Amino acid sequence: MDKEELFDKMEKAIIEGDKEEAESLAKEAVKENLDLNEVIEKGCVPGIQKVGDLWEKGEYFLPELITSAECMKAAMEVFKPELKKANIETRSYGKIVIGTVEGDIHDIGKNLVASMLSANGFEVIDLGADVKLEKFIEKSEAENADFICLSALLTTTMLGQKKAIEMLKEKNLFGRFKVLVGGAPVNQKWANDIGADGYAENAMIAVKAVKKLIEE
Amino acid sequence: MIKTIRPKLELLSRDLIQKIIEEAYDILEKQGVFVENQEALKLLREAEMKVDESTQRVHITSQLVKDCLSSTPSIIRLYDRAGEREFIVGEDHVHFDPGSAAVTILDHKTVEQRKASTGDLVKFYCLTECLEYIHFQSTGLISSDVPDLISDSYRLYLGLQFSKKPVVTGTFRVEGFKPMFDMLVAVRGSEKELVEKPLAIFDACPSPPLKWSNLTTQSLIDCARAGIPSELISMGMTGATSPVTIAGTLVQHVVENLSGLVICQLAKKGAPVIFGGSPSSFDMRKGTTPMGAIETMMIDSAYAQIGKYLNLPTHAYMGLSDSKINDSQAGFETGIGAIVAVLSGVNVISGPGMMDFESCQSLEKLVIDNEICGMAYRLIDGISQRDEPIAKNLFEGFTPDTQFLSMPHTRKWYREEHIFPKVVDRDTYDYWVYLGKKSITDRASEEVERILQENPPHLPDEALQKELQKIMTADAKNCGISSLPEIKL
Repeated sequence: MDKEELFDKMEKAIIEGDKEEAESLAKEAVKENLDLNEVIEKGCVPGIQKVGDLWEKGEYFLPELITSAECMKAAMEVFKPELKKANIETRSYGKIVIGTVEGDIHDIGKNLVASMLSANGFEVIDLGADVKLEKFIEKSEAENADFICLSALLTTTMLGQKKAIEMLKEKNLFGRFKVLVGGAPVNQKWANDIGADGYAENAMIAVKAVKKLIEE
Repeated sequence: MIKTIRPKLELLSRDLIQKIIEEAYDILEKQGVFVENQEALKLLREAEMKVDESTQRVHITSQLVKDCLSSTPSIIRLYDRAGEREFIVGEDHVHFDPGSAAVTILDHKTVEQRKASTGDLVKFYCLTECLEYIHFQSTGLISSDVPDLISDSYRLYLGLQFSKKPVVTGTFRVEGFKPMFDMLVAVRGSEKELVEKPLAIFDACPSPPLKWSNLTTQSLIDCARAGIPSELISMGMTGATSPVTIAGTLVQHVVENLSGLVICQLAKKGAPVIFGGSPSSFDMRKGTTPMGAIETMMIDSAYAQIGKYLNLPTHAYMGLSDSKINDSQAGFETGIGAIVAVLSGVNVISGPGMMDFESCQSLEKLVIDNEICGMAYRLIDGISQRDEPIAKNLFEGFTPDTQFLSMPHTRKWYREEHIFPKVVDRDTYDYWVYLGKKSITDRASEEVERILQENPPHLPDEALQKELQKIMTADAKNCGISSLPEIKL
């Protein structure tokens, strides 16, 4: 298979959410000694962009979004160790620490956001659910993250988002990381009230919100 | 795979059905019905029925009714304008069509009812054409910019030009049949092809109690001979023009429908007939005929059950409202009616878009009702076993982090299992505010505009357009009308 054909097939596998195909194409790219960054740029990225377009047009819904993101992830899992071995940097738009705040075990929305950010070229460190507020801050400092994304599904736990921002202020870290909040009870007004940098209604808007904050 | 059951609603016990039919037979034989049409009276006399010449009362024996029932087809196959897509009317197939023959249209901008004109009819046809869950067209509006005399043929004339779907229509005058029939023949190419592939259903309404007027009887005879299905629209009003009890109104309903069916079969053995109606619970406080009343829906559901028992295709006016605007009442009455109708397996359900006691059509309501119809169809599709096993394999090695969004099973089935309405609000509060705090009627109005803008009309070829125009112009001339309104797109 020539490389153009592989790019096309990778793009198609991602659009169609065929994880096995994406993984086997990734392995083939490695075997054929292709420029893996080129595979990412010309195969994977156009695929996930097309998925985003289909979502905007209202043709793709959540299951397509997430399966496509998982295909991207599967391919990246194959590429990462190879790129590391060869000492090649993967291009990342930014580093994001994400999790559901303490007391809240709901993480499906957060997982969606994490998947979509990761599929769109961000380095995502997912701390999971019921995460201590201190841990968000420690991890972000240690990893020198650009963004902290705090998810909450309950009206009781969304207060944790406010508390996390207060803690950043106490530690004089406010402003060093951009903070985004999300979750069912959360809205733009809440984000404004607690001093968050951004709020997103859904996973696709989260990707846009993060990109917008970078441009600013 | 385990077979999927179709959910059903049956309000009558078999004993009660049989008793209702027995009483109906008894009335047909002993009391008879009035038939004000000479040709029908001749046919009935030839069938050796007792006819009282002075009162035009006919006594029909149960033997004749049974013979006629056995020659009436239990299934009718309708075809679209191109003669390609087939629609089965019978068994448990259901098809929605807009409530027919409204005299006004609800103007969305002024929220006032007004008379409809040619432009409104064109919009109505073009819109219905694009609504997925409304299978049939109906000549749902009367155009006030042509004289009443030709309003029956004129609405079909426009309907056949701007829509490809099979159409539910009917005559308002005896002379109306000929031009309307000619138009249908023009579409099909010949009378024979029209018999083979019916394109239209003609409604015929007996006058309660127990009377067939000259006009409707003539329509039954003409349609039977032309192979056009007649939809019998009995419309007793409980306690006013029919007995006050629901079971009592059902007895009258059966008498009226069976006598109509006999006339059709005597005119042409094997003629297609639909056991239908538009009865209502009469409101004793207001003197009105609420179509959204639960009792009206109960009568409809029950007579449809009787129609099925008699092995006939069925029809009802359901999925409509008496509200004057697109409010909660409009939605809930339409919703309940549509659900009761599909669960009852009514084959032709006339109602969407209609409000105010069958007098008004609303384009916005039509768009909203389309989504109600979509949900109703989803309901009767039932719950299926899609895979073997159903789901236990999905739980293999599950962890607290297991989610189903990314499973191939989800992507494979979610669009089959769930439908996604367009104008129904399922946004978060914030997003709804962001979009402008719109009501469903606002969104429906935008949807009407979008559909009409993005979907140019499906006009027939030029030769057929000219032929239809010729027939319409000749009909108008015969009625002393020299010009027809200009059709603007």
